[in-house]
Amino acid sequence: MFHLTLRKETPLIFKVSVPIASILLTILFGIFIFSVLGYDSGKALYHFFISPLSRIDRIADLFVKACPLMIVGTGLVLCFRANIWNIGAEGQLIMGAVFAGGLALSFPDTNSVWLLPAMAVLSFIGGGLWAFLPAILKVRLRTNEILVSLMLTYVASLFLDWLVRGPWRSPTSFGFPLTNYYPDAGLISKINFPGIGTIGQLHWGVFIAILVCLLCWFMMQKTVFGFQVKLVGDSHKAFRYSGFNESKTTMMLFIISGGLAGLAGMIEVSANIGQLQPNISFGYGFTAIIVAFLARLNPAAVILAGLLIALIEMGGDSAQIALAIPKVVTGVFKGILLFLLLAGETLTKYQINVKPRQRSVPND
Amino acid sequence: MKPHSALLESRDISKSFGSFIANDKINFNILEGEIHGLLGENGAGKSTFVKMVYGLLEPTMGALFWNGNPIKIRGPQEARNFGIGMVFQHFSLFPTLTVIENIELALSDTQALPELRKTIIEKSQEFGISVDPDTYIRDLSVGEQQRVEILRCLLQNPKLLIMDEPTSVLTPQESEQLFVILNKLAATGCSVLFISHKLKEVKEITQRATILRRGRVVDTVTSSEVSTEQLAKMMVGSDPQHVKPKIGTKSNDILVQISGLCRPADTPFSTPLLDINLDVKAGEIVGIAGIAGNGQSELMEALTGEWRSRDSIKVLDVLGVDIRDYSPHKRRQMGIGFLPEERNGHSAVMGMTLTENTLLTNHNNPEVQKHSIIQNDNLEKLTSNIIHDYDVRTPLQNPLASSLSGGNLQKFVVGREIIKKPSVFFVAQPTWGVDIGATKFIRNALIDLANEGCGIIVISQDLEELFELADSISVLFRGKLSERKPVKELNSQKIGLLMGGEDVASLAKEHS
Repeated sequence: MFHLTLRKETPLIFKVSVPIASILLTILFGIFIFSVLGYDSGKALYHFFISPLSRIDRIADLFVKACPLMIVGTGLVLCFRANIWNIGAEGQLIMGAVFAGGLALSFPDTNSVWLLPAMAVLSFIGGGLWAFLPAILKVRLRTNEILVSLMLTYVASLFLDWLVRGPWRSPTSFGFPLTNYYPDAGLISKINFPGIGTIGQLHWGVFIAILVCLLCWFMMQKTVFGFQVKLVGDSHKAFRYSGFNESKTTMMLFIISGGLAGLAGMIEVSANIGQLQPNISFGYGFTAIIVAFLARLNPAAVILAGLLIALIEMGGDSAQIALAIPKVVTGVFKGILLFLLLAGETLTKYQINVKPRQRSVPND
Repeated sequence: MKPHSALLESRDISKSFGSFIANDKINFNILEGEIHGLLGENGAGKSTFVKMVYGLLEPTMGALFWNGNPIKIRGPQEARNFGIGMVFQHFSLFPTLTVIENIELALSDTQALPELRKTIIEKSQEFGISVDPDTYIRDLSVGEQQRVEILRCLLQNPKLLIMDEPTSVLTPQESEQLFVILNKLAATGCSVLFISHKLKEVKEITQRATILRRGRVVDTVTSSEVSTEQLAKMMVGSDPQHVKPKIGTKSNDILVQISGLCRPADTPFSTPLLDINLDVKAGEIVGIAGIAGNGQSELMEALTGEWRSRDSIKVLDVLGVDIRDYSPHKRRQMGIGFLPEERNGHSAVMGMTLTENTLLTNHNNPEVQKHSIIQNDNLEKLTSNIIHDYDVRTPLQNPLASSLSGGNLQKFVVGREIIKKPSVFFVAQPTWGVDIGATKFIRNALIDLANEGCGIIVISQDLEELFELADSISVLFRGKLSERKPVKELNSQKIGLLMGGEDVASLAKEHS
């Protein structure tokens, strides 16, 4: 049978060669899949990997696409490190957007500079509240947080749907399920580089996202709270012995990750859409789960993991548009890429031992 | 007497795990009908060796000879076919099944139940093992469960019975009963390999003993011809450090006062605590003896604050403060130190470094954190102080806790608590699974602490430890604490009776 054992030390040659091998294998697989299906594999790979990086404005858009993934992902990293499984970030993201949107729509004529910060705070509260529900149910009634947080996602999504079709629908939307546009003071502007102007869609939210990741990284590395998070994930007994309060920590982590998801929702709407509509997220709350694990639960690495996932997503879109490759095919390719990357990562950390199958041993 | 011949012989048996050599050319033999001791400290390679004899591990080099013929044992089933039986330290019995059902499950060829019952009764009478075949395992004491395990091996008519640290879970009386059984067994020609790190009992029960140290055979000796001191020296490699004497209680200040502490059982497997009363004076060490599972962990949780209740406890005052509602964190801030028995994932986190493990109980220390930001320099300084003062041998600068041996990690966690100079210290099993050198070191550190005026409660299953450390001892049995007696008035015989639930007072009346 095969056993994975932790390497004491990874030889340098492995550290270098394994990621290269992963990428080469992905390309080989790509060539194989695309040519079997009758597409020009060279062009397809170009659209996947080169095209999104070929121009400065496309690179900027990569950051824009990665922005919500980074914010949500870093919040999830905190939860997952503590062995708390918040799967409902998508719903928390929506509720954050709804809370912030409610405020923006209530002051259609304001031009106060305080509107955006207030929306940010409110989105954090909205997302945090939506995460508080599974948290309190878990702590008090020992419900399963995976189920509750996941199901609340559908509640949030339908709630937004009802709002934009019902009470919050714009009278000027010709019956489309859309709210009014936010006042300008409620929109996040693009970054205006002196002498260059704006680059692609690059907005200030991206700056916030990177800041959030770095702050969380600092918190995990340098603060007692970060230690608490790692400890509760490692051992409940040691955690209690240490004198921390487990319920409080669980609730805090849920609220922080929910709040961050809410903030991501608010930024997404205020920077890219400008009004509420039935679909404000393209599954960012779920994709962020992959981002968190791809980053090996390290908040700083979430920045890179977010960018990588954004690259694959944009590459997939680009290939679909340019070569009419069906979405399912790009999906398969994306899956293979992730699989090989994670497998390569695992192999640099662990080594495979082949052992003869042992008979089951009673008494021991 | 017929001449003994070697039943099992080990020739140059070696076993290595990676670069670590657990057994290095083990040479000795076990004669027919002999009780042979395998003596060594934790980590000396005893378990590795017997696992190879029982087929659980394969030797890297060397060979085993059975009645003079080389054999290869590929698994426990093959070992049993040769006639090798083994009783493990941790039993593998189903608590919800009866004795006879448990035995039936383990037999390779099925027998009709009535017949099996007859064999069981015959065997148990032959060896004086008194067990009712129809009782449920859950109703048996640990000693009785062990007898079921032995009985189960005996039904296979073994020629060699391996007993792995059999007395570690027994009271002194139960150990005596076990020795009677083993002697009877040896008289029938069955050999016994008796694994232990307790010198006295190895001397008492075995004819010869082989001493292992760091994976090598030091010597094989005739047990009656050596003293326990000589055995200890061979086992440790140097003269063991002696535990220093206690100065004794200095003051009459009562530091800890517990009365009417009750705790209902949370689960079917936990023991309720029934009306615990105890007080500890400054400079005093109170020992709490008892077999594991009689409420020790429940009591420890009540002392640390991991379990707390205002309603179930009448009085829990430490340093004059009612701490019934205090979290472990708050208790620590008052200068109470505590150290639970389990190192792995309770008093230490294996996957974390030593500095992180220091932080575990120092996160409220203003030197270590300012505004909740960890001050790494101070934390590292504190950690290296602990490592230095408590003689912790580390392989690297700041290693993972898991890379330390049990003894070193225990020295580290004990040091981590004692270096804070607590005014009250609660500790469970301070030297569990720790080699002799570290054991003496830890006990001396506890005595130093008491001499400085700290009030200490030591919960331990190790009677030798309690006699060395404690001023007075009481025994925890099924959640009840016996009346406390000064150490001078006690001996292991008396404590053993209390550990088995006998009421010493009523027993004394019977005798008079």
